[in-house]
Amino acid sequence: MARRGKNVLFVSMLLTLTIALGGCAGDKEAKGSDQIAQSQTTAAAGTENSGTEKESAAQETEAVADSHITIGIPQDLDSLVPSLSQGAGTQEILFNIYEGLIKPDSDGNLVPAVASDYTMSEDGLTYTFTLRDGIQFHNGNPVTVADVKYSIDTCAGLNGGEPVISAFSNIESVETPDDKTVIITLKESSSSFLAILATVEAAVVPADVADLQNNPVGTGPYKFVSRSLQENVILERFDAYWGEPAHIKDITLKVIADADSIVMNLEGGAVDLVARVSTAQAAELSDSFEVIEGTMNLVQAVYLNNQVAPFDNEKVRQALCYAVNKQEILDFVSDGKGTPVGSSMFPAFGKYYIEELNDTYSTDIEKAKALLAEAGYADGFSFTMKVPSNYQQHIDTAQVVAEQLKQIGVTANIELIEWETWLSDVYQGRDFEATLVGVDASTLTAGAMLSRFRSDAHNNFINYDNADFDAAYANALAAEAASDDEKATQYYKECETILADTAANVYIQDMCELVAVRKGFGGYTFYPLYIQDFSKLYLTD
Amino acid sequence: MKYALKKFAAMLVTILCISFLVYLAFDLIPGDAALAALGTDVEPERLAALREEMGLNRPFLERYFDWLTSFLRGNFGTSYKYKLPVADMIVSKLPVTVIMALISFAMMTAVSLPVGIYTAKHSGGRIDRVITVVNQVMMSVPHFFMGILITYVFGMVLKLFTPGGFVSYKVDFWGFLSYILFPCVAIALPKIAMSVKLLRGSCIGEAKKDYVRTAYSKGNNTNKVLYGHVLKNAMIPVITLWGMTLADMLVGSIVIEQVFNIPGIGRILLTSISYRDYPVVEAIIVLIAFVVVATNFCVDLIYGMIDPRINVGAES
Repeated sequence: MARRGKNVLFVSMLLTLTIALGGCAGDKEAKGSDQIAQSQTTAAAGTENSGTEKESAAQETEAVADSHITIGIPQDLDSLVPSLSQGAGTQEILFNIYEGLIKPDSDGNLVPAVASDYTMSEDGLTYTFTLRDGIQFHNGNPVTVADVKYSIDTCAGLNGGEPVISAFSNIESVETPDDKTVIITLKESSSSFLAILATVEAAVVPADVADLQNNPVGTGPYKFVSRSLQENVILERFDAYWGEPAHIKDITLKVIADADSIVMNLEGGAVDLVARVSTAQAAELSDSFEVIEGTMNLVQAVYLNNQVAPFDNEKVRQALCYAVNKQEILDFVSDGKGTPVGSSMFPAFGKYYIEELNDTYSTDIEKAKALLAEAGYADGFSFTMKVPSNYQQHIDTAQVVAEQLKQIGVTANIELIEWETWLSDVYQGRDFEATLVGVDASTLTAGAMLSRFRSDAHNNFINYDNADFDAAYANALAAEAASDDEKATQYYKECETILADTAANVYIQDMCELVAVRKGFGGYTFYPLYIQDFSKLYLTD
Repeated sequence: MKYALKKFAAMLVTILCISFLVYLAFDLIPGDAALAALGTDVEPERLAALREEMGLNRPFLERYFDWLTSFLRGNFGTSYKYKLPVADMIVSKLPVTVIMALISFAMMTAVSLPVGIYTAKHSGGRIDRVITVVNQVMMSVPHFFMGILITYVFGMVLKLFTPGGFVSYKVDFWGFLSYILFPCVAIALPKIAMSVKLLRGSCIGEAKKDYVRTAYSKGNNTNKVLYGHVLKNAMIPVITLWGMTLADMLVGSIVIEQVFNIPGIGRILLTSISYRDYPVVEAIIVLIAFVVVATNFCVDLIYGMIDPRINVGAES
């Protein structure tokens, strides 16, 4: 009897196990075959849709009064006050609520926003802005020059306190000679002033709303309705918007803190759009979604501490560059999507970007080995590569890089660290040998990518020290001050070339950005900066 | 009474120690609240100014005592990240976590009591053996995995709820309840299994004791013995388990909140830890510590009520 009892137990255990395991296997198989079918359909859909849809949609959207979209965002917004907002993930959303005197468009040009027009004096010190006629805040009050002055003064620290935007400490004064004109005078001319003025941090806010944190009021195409911490932020179209009004009326931004549940949220119908999904997630999506491809606008690289042996040796750094095969990385990590880059500049920068630098080091294992031998590391060496643990794509890339470096006898030990630890230890403390991250630009000025490599720059976290680079950068600034854009561009390009030639870092790519959109929505627009523009989204059916 | 006071004092000391340890831990781990707030785009002057403003440059003990005194006065501080009062943040999210814990607890008691008694009564029977096996499986599956399974089966396949489609209790209370029902099942299942196993074992153990024979010899039938005598004694360890489970459910929902994308206390805690948002983390940890210690305290007191033999005051 006891024997039989044991047998029953054993059999039933076995049975449950089989069911459980069988369930898992079946799941995987189904997904695998889905993947292939899908990538074909999305590819086809991508080419067909783009042109015709837009026109018909633009006409139809007027009719849809109560349109709604739910957009998944990876983290909650920090401060809703533009000048206090800090995360890029917050500012890209606030872009829809607030506007500065000017703002960037999707091509990266600066276009008038709260100001309808502006002029710069010849010496580059005085900027005169004309306030847009009839422009209103979300609370219905007209925007006055006093509001503009208050906003800029706050950012520049002229209302007392530290300047919120440190570049604005360059502002001498903000004057309002009449109720249509704002004159900003700088202490010294600056090529990046307008680009910084166009950031969300420098947005125009009402001077008389005390509690912007709980009651954000701006001039953007969407107005704030409500928020629930770590849950959602609700926006509604601002009907008195001065420019082209948004198409979709209601937007719910839903916080999806767990990246693993993104696909489930999309497929289950909880969200309609998620920007920056991974290639793996995109592949899992069913064909009720379209995956749009853009670029992340950053430079992913193995950033090397140029002050630490053996990376203080240029030959060693070059050897690593020769050993790394960028195309192979793209193929492994993101199905070949992404744009290889060869210096600290990405394609969206247009005139500053030099595509040829990408070929500075074409993969050559023998040459890499020879360089290592010359540098006295014929037997290779090992080093630690710190990678922030919250960026799966960087981790994946790091693994491929480590594998590639093995070919030249170099061992890269990957150490995953928290993002906050990365900030304090690697970025601020410069306590690292190598780190694999993406570095982006806060404004579309060449300086945003290059200034950090000056030997005395406070944010030169790789300890790059090159007299030629410093000289070229100083020349570029001088040319800019003299308003000679062509010459400045030339010097900036020289800077990029020096970075590539001296192998400051092992440059890899500008990563692809995949946006998952439920079919039925269109109009997602990529910006060369970290911006999500919801006003361009529309319903297609 | 003296015993209760003593326990209460110990409880306060425990909470105090925990709050200190959390503060200490934050001081030891790498990462800087000011830097976390400003990110990569930071100028040294602004960082220094913010550190000064946050008071991060002061000595550790001074900061701790400052925090402690204002905490005791009921001022929980302001979140570094959201610039909102910590008390408001917790109050708005607490109901989500508490309701989830209470529903899970109700599920656990409602299922495990009858099932436990049934299996004890019919121990060795076919149904008992099946339940034992199922129990074993339930107990060994971690609740986050249970959560994933439930999401897949009930959300994706059967479409009984929308994964990630959480609605706030303030917006739609019934929608809220129908969504958290499934996470609650995920939390409750392993606890049900444990509770059934314990109750069954405890009943069977009690049934072998002498007083049961006496009860039978007085002419009681099985049911009378079971409900009148055995169960009363068998419940003592089960109640201990339940007490600890209630606390565990409040804490355990942190993981389940992640799996089901529910913005409760757990979500706030996790994001605040990675953001080095000390005031929020401190307040939540102290709250959790309080709940755990307080439930244990209550369980101790309830002991005395169910079983007069455990005279908790006698030891002193």
